[in-house]
Amino acid sequence: MSAQTLYDKIWAAHEVRSDENGLTLLYIDRHLVHEVTSPQAFEGLELAGRALWRKESILAVADHNIPTINLENGITDAVSRLQVETLDQNCDKYGLVVFKMGDERQGIVHIIGPEQGATLPGMTVVCGDSHTSTHGAFGALAFGIGTSEVEHVMATQCLIQNKSKNMRITIDGPVAVSITAKDIVLRIIAEIGTAGGTGHTIEFAGEAITNLSMEGRMTLCNMTIEAGARAGLVACDQTTIDYIEGRPFAPTGENWKLAVSYWQTLHTDKNAVFDREVHIDGALIEPQITWGTSPEMVVSVNDNIPDPAAESDEIKSGGMRNALAYMGLEANVPINEVMLDKIFIGSCTNSRIEDLRAAAQIAKGRKVADNIKLAMVVPGSRLVKRQAESEGLDQIFIDAGFEWREPGCSMCLAMNDDRLEPGERCASTSNRNFEGRQGQGGRTHLVSPAMAAAAAVTGHFVDVRKLVR
Amino acid sequence: MDKFQKFSGIVVAIDRPNIDTDAIIPKQYLKSIKRSGFGVNLFDDWRYLDPGEPGKSNSERRVNPDFLLNKSRFKHAQILLARENFACGSSREHAVWALMDFGFKVVIAPSFADIFYNNSFKNGLLPVVLAANLIDQLFEDFERQQDYQLRVDLENQLVTNRAGIQMPFEIDEFRKYCLLNGFDDIGLTMQHADQIKAFEQKYFAQYPWLQ
Ligand code: SF4
Repeated sequence: MSAQTLYDKIWAAHEVRSDENGLTLLYIDRHLVHEVTSPQAFEGLELAGRALWRKESILAVADHNIPTINLENGITDAVSRLQVETLDQNCDKYGLVVFKMGDERQGIVHIIGPEQGATLPGMTVVCGDSHTSTHGAFGALAFGIGTSEVEHVMATQCLIQNKSKNMRITIDGPVAVSITAKDIVLRIIAEIGTAGGTGHTIEFAGEAITNLSMEGRMTLCNMTIEAGARAGLVACDQTTIDYIEGRPFAPTGENWKLAVSYWQTLHTDKNAVFDREVHIDGALIEPQITWGTSPEMVVSVNDNIPDPAAESDEIKSGGMRNALAYMGLEANVPINEVMLDKIFIGSCTNSRIEDLRAAAQIAKGRKVADNIKLAMVVPGSRLVKRQAESEGLDQIFIDAGFEWREPGCSMCLAMNDDRLEPGERCASTSNRNFEGRQGQGGRTHLVSPAMAAAAAVTGHFVDVRKLVR
Repeated sequence: MDKFQKFSGIVVAIDRPNIDTDAIIPKQYLKSIKRSGFGVNLFDDWRYLDPGEPGKSNSERRVNPDFLLNKSRFKHAQILLARENFACGSSREHAVWALMDFGFKVVIAPSFADIFYNNSFKNGLLPVVLAANLIDQLFEDFERQQDYQLRVDLENQLVTNRAGIQMPFEIDEFRKYCLLNGFDDIGLTMQHADQIKAFEQKYFAQYPWLQ
């Protein structure tokens, strides 16, 4: 057999059938479900009188609408509440595993899948959510789907798919101390653009990638979708295996041994050919900050906000001008001088224990600056929250003046009460800086958790390396 | 799903690259558990000058008179002309539902985000990819002509302007077949149920920990 990429291997293992045009019926191992994109799928199933094909493949959780304070009051917004209740009812009716509000295991869908060991190498993982790409960190083929596809998987355990192209992004050499997965991925998006990975599955490779913890790899793969690719992959290695072992949904005994020996074959063959290869010099990556309304609008921390006048492409410079106007920024100003109103540390990109540790390290013994109206830390899951509390991180944040909240999507997309008011500027560890994403008229700058904490204690953007002790 | 038939329709253009699904339909409307009713909130932040919430009547809101979709001549627009990487971002199928609920049948752009592209076909919305230079031309024509219309013929994979200039486009055979016939692809996949079962048997024998 000719040399294969990791993506080729996973794809081939899940091909149920293919037609003459290359359209494949792809088998799906794991289906994650949340309240926002599933109600219409359950309803469709019901209307057509169809059964669920394999209910054991489904793990459901409510996350997007969950409040992050005063949980004892339940969800006060009636529309949000109905959506969450609808999920619970649908899951109970079909006998699905669901982590309801208040469950010790509840949290953001892309945090809890890996945390429970429900995401395994070599799997196909789907969810009605574009950040399903997160699970690619385990060497699983994981991608977001729409509600019709959610229904399709529920009814048939398969998806009709065209194979995408293979792309590899290699970070050459190590990255400097204090450079995180978030900085790496923002740099990648800046280099290839938000459509750079369209039609491709991206495998990430290189020393800086294999050096990342599983948390870091998840941050990286999470934002693959912001680079246009539905799926990102990091090959399984000992770091992956160590992370999975002993988790509730992970295989045990004889099955564990079988699984591990299979997982060890899950890497790109030496002579495999990629449709596109990109190399980025790890040594040149600095702390990154988005300045505009697209995740590709990125600068390094000590740079100035770019000038549309210097951009020759007319559509691009127009886009830049729109973004500057929306963001209330001027070209050529150092990004370090931009003052902030709110800080959000959370989301499926950066709300794992390692992220909270990194932020706490900066916050420790410091105070949130006076101009910051609200600095909030929202753990990705209740288990992450408990872990952080056992390490005393909550107290560090509280002492510094941060709010320590309950887990959920929160201000990542502001479907609950956590949001920016018009004109407010936020340093956020989430993944999208689109217009209105964190609240209508809100202005989002994407950064790493340590950079967000540094911004919180100084009131503006600052090179976190100056604050590291 | 209705069969996709050839038609001539009014074009409206939005001249911005990377229009994301948060712009197409903001998150507060995703709280709905239905597939319908999203059209009035399509491009909500651009269409209205004050914020909207589900349940709040849109008739009480101030409309943005400058936004093209608010102009009466585009009330019945069926073709949306857009720039590259259209509908990037979230997987929300609500973006497709909102466009269709407004009345759009076709979106023409130089490129689409993958998930949106997939979602479109599941609902009978046709995404047409044309080369960037052709798109530039269409934008120019749109600017110059009042009541700009295009004809879309899926069967022959052609977009035609009033002057009779034909612009061919590519489309996957299976998707075309489903659109033209109004087929639901779950039904089509179910025809292979035996093959899926046979696959599962072999698969779980090989990877027993996944069962
Ligand atoms: S945290 Fe944000 S990006 Fe992640 S699933 Fe929730 S809303 Fe989506």
